Amino acid sequence: MASTASVAPDPQVPPTTDPFDLPKDQLLPAYRWMVLSRAIDERCLALQRQGRIGFYAPLMGQEAAQVGCALAVRPDDWMFPAYRELAVALTRGASLTSVLDQLMGNSSDLTKGRQMPNHFAFADQHYVSASSPIGTQITQAVGAAMAAQRRKDPIVTVAFFGDGATSSNDFHAGMNFAGVFRTPTIFLCQNNQWAISLPRAKQTRSKTLAEKADAYGFPGVVVDGTDVRAVYRAVAEARQRAVRGDGPTMIEAQVYRLGPHSTSDDPKRYRSDEEVAHWKERDPLTRLRGELLAAGAVDAAGDQKIWEDARAQVAAAIAESERIAPMAPDSMFGDVFSVPTPQLEEEQRSFDASDRPHGGAP
Amino acid sequence: MTELTLVQAVNRGLAEAMRSDPDVLILGEDIGVNGGVFRATEGLFKEFGESRVIDTPLSETGIVGTAIGMALYGLKPIAEIQFLDFIYPAFDQIVSELAKMRYRSGGQFPCHVVIRAPYGGGIKGGLYHSQSTEAYFCHTAGLKVAIPSTPADAKGLLLTAVHDEDPVIFLEPKRIYRAVTGEVPDGDHRVPFGSARVVREGSDVSLFAYGAMVPPTVEAADLLVKEGIRAEVIDPRTLVPLDEAAILASVEKTGRAVVVHEAARCCGFGGELAAILAEKAFYSLKAPIGRVTGYDTPFPYALEHLYLPNAETIAHAARSAVQAS
Repeated sequence: MASTASVAPDPQVPPTTDPFDLPKDQLLPAYRWMVLSRAIDERCLALQRQGRIGFYAPLMGQEAAQVGCALAVRPDDWMFPAYRELAVALTRGASLTSVLDQLMGNSSDLTKGRQMPNHFAFADQHYVSASSPIGTQITQAVGAAMAAQRRKDPIVTVAFFGDGATSSNDFHAGMNFAGVFRTPTIFLCQNNQWAISLPRAKQTRSKTLAEKADAYGFPGVVVDGTDVRAVYRAVAEARQRAVRGDGPTMIEAQVYRLGPHSTSDDPKRYRSDEEVAHWKERDPLTRLRGELLAAGAVDAAGDQKIWEDARAQVAAAIAESERIAPMAPDSMFGDVFSVPTPQLEEEQRSFDASDRPHGGAP
Repeated sequence: MTELTLVQAVNRGLAEAMRSDPDVLILGEDIGVNGGVFRATEGLFKEFGESRVIDTPLSETGIVGTAIGMALYGLKPIAEIQFLDFIYPAFDQIVSELAKMRYRSGGQFPCHVVIRAPYGGGIKGGLYHSQSTEAYFCHTAGLKVAIPSTPADAKGLLLTAVHDEDPVIFLEPKRIYRAVTGEVPDGDHRVPFGSARVVREGSDVSLFAYGAMVPPTVEAADLLVKEGIRAEVIDPRTLVPLDEAAILASVEKTGRAVVVHEAARCCGFGGELAAILAEKAFYSLKAPIGRVTGYDTPFPYALEHLYLPNAETIAHAARSAVQAS
């Protein structure tokens, strides 16, 4: 016993592991999440062309930024996403089937078929309902952080947004409130270089997006968003600052939207093949795969298996979701209010009556 | 019971809500140390401190956006917008976010925020301190809209709003913040939503008015009595949900209706009321439905006395309805 005690670690000696370094045993899981996201993107772009889903907004190119962030935060933290944060939801535990159900708007969809594809809401994952207007989630993330401060909960909120949103009203308001109230908020800007057709250079004259944080009185950092470890480190450091009471951080993760803005967009109209090719060489999946292969964490056959597993999972989830019944017609009237108003009840009664054609309130 | 002005009743309602529930907090511009530009929050900063009476930077979208975040997290925020005229920077948050959060998340994220805002003319406030734009909010599914006209209703509707589970736009008629006083029940006094108040019973014509238009409408009813016309005055108190049963019952009794509001006429709430009456009480009507409203102009500063309905113009419209049949 005495000899065991004599070799106990000296508490004065700092631990050899860096708390902000993505743990080695998380690298392969991170890669799996990134591959799964890519497999969903690939399949769903095809599903939309086949008319099996109405719309899709791919995140390809942004996987490392999203998975790196999702691994660095805790289950109790709150995510305020835009509409391109699918990999965050998956990494936090949203099931693949629930994702497909939302994309199809079927009767198992947690959002009850009320929104376009990609506008997810996963209460169990503290993944707040996404909307289409740009930037509105930013002030909301700050408000939730103010609420956590009031309740003395040691959590952070993360506002996800893109380069375009840095021009929005709510970016300014949210950053300003966060600075004034020193809220535990992480502003994770995925600068994917394009806001539909507007390039980053025309969005702002600022040299970086992160430097905008200076004016609000808190740190802004730029990270290579194609490097899952760099993003993990930045988010983990920001998280520690926030829960320690040192306030918000803005992180600009520099990435590239490898795909179109959405299935309704043709990026060939506004950007060159050369530019896309340049960034394809910096594909975050290629990068992490190279590191894993070099480290011997996976071999070529193992990598192939990861891809095959991901594609098989996606195919199975699609098949499962396509078997689910569509939303019931009168579900249109639910959740407008906690309890329907008499006017809404009357509209629903009229809708439910079978003796007239449907389409618009009579 | 305590004799209070309308703004004092709002203040007592806020204090009551905050005392009974530590999750209730208020935020807005100049509401803390200053007690609000109309003094609606006077004394609350001292009693509840800066963590529950939050002076915010000057940004309405910031106020409503952060209030939404607080509500999602489980608190019960009451946001003050200093004047309804300044709410538009927050319109996106109200219309796109607050109103739709429960619906769009399939019920996973209810979002209960109360937004208080003084509204309406008659205080020499010009274009930007006078408008009455309740119809914008009534038109948006997912919002409730309450407008008190008495001190007791101000407290009672406010406490119902705070304990409701849906977003509420709570519009305070600033013209009568101090012009009317009345007995207000002490403690947790609540007035249910969707329950109109019969201000004055009558049999010849129904006058519908809310907020600051109630006093001149009652005055009009007094003028009409002298001419032998017994006007019924109904205050719906909440426009969403609307007490259609009370409105229809009144018109079925009187056969005549005049709708009064200070908002501009085009697409004002009076149009909705008139449409409901045309659809559901058509065969009870003995005369065309009258409307007495603001004009379809921006709100004029020097000529506000000519823009706003008053007892004479309301009485005139009621008289016309009675004389029509």
